[in-house]
Amino acid sequence: MATQKEVLIDPIFNNNPIALQVLGICSALAVTINMSTTLVMCLAVIFVCTMSNLAVSLVRNRVPTNIRIIVQMTIISSLVIVVDQVLQAVAYDISKSLSVFVGLIITNCIVMGRAEAFAMQNGPGLSALDGFGNALGYSVILIGVALVREPLGSGTLLGYEIIPTVANGGWYVPNGLLLLAPSAFFIIGLFIWAIRSWKTDQVEEPEFEIAPNGQYKEAI
Amino acid sequence: MAKLDKDSLANTFLIAVFLCLVCSIVVSSMAVALKPIQQLNKELDQKKNILRAAGMLPADQDVSADGRSIEELFAEFTVRAVDLQTGEYVDDVDVVTYDPIRAAKDSATSVALTPAQDIATLRRRENVSLVYLKATASGIEKVVMPVRGYGLWGTLYGYLALDGDLNTIAGLGFYQHKETPGLGGEVDNSKWKASWQGVRLFDDMGQPQVKLVKQRSASTNPAASYEVDALSGATFTTKGVENMVNYWTGDDGFGAYLKRLRSNGLAQG
Repeated sequence: MATQKEVLIDPIFNNNPIALQVLGICSALAVTINMSTTLVMCLAVIFVCTMSNLAVSLVRNRVPTNIRIIVQMTIISSLVIVVDQVLQAVAYDISKSLSVFVGLIITNCIVMGRAEAFAMQNGPGLSALDGFGNALGYSVILIGVALVREPLGSGTLLGYEIIPTVANGGWYVPNGLLLLAPSAFFIIGLFIWAIRSWKTDQVEEPEFEIAPNGQYKEAI
Repeated sequence: MAKLDKDSLANTFLIAVFLCLVCSIVVSSMAVALKPIQQLNKELDQKKNILRAAGMLPADQDVSADGRSIEELFAEFTVRAVDLQTGEYVDDVDVVTYDPIRAAKDSATSVALTPAQDIATLRRRENVSLVYLKATASGIEKVVMPVRGYGLWGTLYGYLALDGDLNTIAGLGFYQHKETPGLGGEVDNSKWKASWQGVRLFDDMGQPQVKLVKQRSASTNPAASYEVDALSGATFTTKGVENMVNYWTGDDGFGAYLKRLRSNGLAQG
């Protein structure tokens, strides 16, 4: 039985949903262009993931097996709509720049995955912690990506200029690639590389061994 | 309670109905409770965009340089509905709720444009649009018009502000577009937007002549007053913005209205 501390801390580096399980990549590409949208997105995912795990865990003994995915989905989508509505009311500008991606938390594989894999088997307290921990793991990677993309892509961080760009009379020519979605792939790839060099037990076994080439032995 | 068979048909229905009920109550009560605040946000956002286009509000702040709020600044504007065909004011339109973009989608309240007219790729144009007028006793100070036009990836939506002589651009700003960040997306760059200030619109024949150019003509050349620096690496966006400005200030846009306003001043209406 996992302890509370493990459930909370493990997903951050040891079992990171993005770096190890490679889930939830879609939104990690879309919202990391600048830090403020990233932070709001992280908060939204933390809220949804924690609450959905809690709710799913509370009803887990009553939910019929054959409609359990629909039940999870309904709970998650309701929570996401609530978050979206609140954002439109209190942070209109950010909700405008996040546009459709708040709604897409519904399809974020992490939320659904934790509800099905963890909350269906564990008690409410532990499930909520698990949801919180996983969303935290997601947030760590997202904030990391945004930390690279915003300064190098537009010379700012949280909207404050930290590298003076040419367009504003400075010296830095912003790297346009970092404003486009593919750059997040490269950065996440580098993160995965870094984490697996640090925690070597995460390195996957090769799926097959390349056979030594014996064909030309006689020729040598 | 006896051990319940959770996979029974009855329980499946019970849970499904119960879940739908709880979730819909939560979602709908949230939506209803927050609706007034969201509506307010939307209106405030629109006002902000109009004020920014008119150069009355700094890009990154919600108060003007002399500390006045958005509401105070916007109170100086009168909103009027304008028939684009005739250029006359229309009084039976509620300017608070009227949405020109929605009207352009309905064939009853819009006209189809011929390819020759449709330089900004709008397909349909609304019959009635809105103008935001800032006027003092001595005359008109600013006229702000909603404009839109097709760029590279999609339609750019914004506001174009004219000075009181109705021949000089006071500012241009976009509130929604899909242009490439860093290239066409630089339409939001405040330095570029500032370069629109003071650009002349109409030639002697009353036709809009704005051009976005690679290299502006020498300032002694009269052509220079119609020119704005193009955005490098964003040919399609630049072309789209140029067409948009020329379309909306031309005869198929607000041209008829601007002509009437110029000859009659505030008295018209």
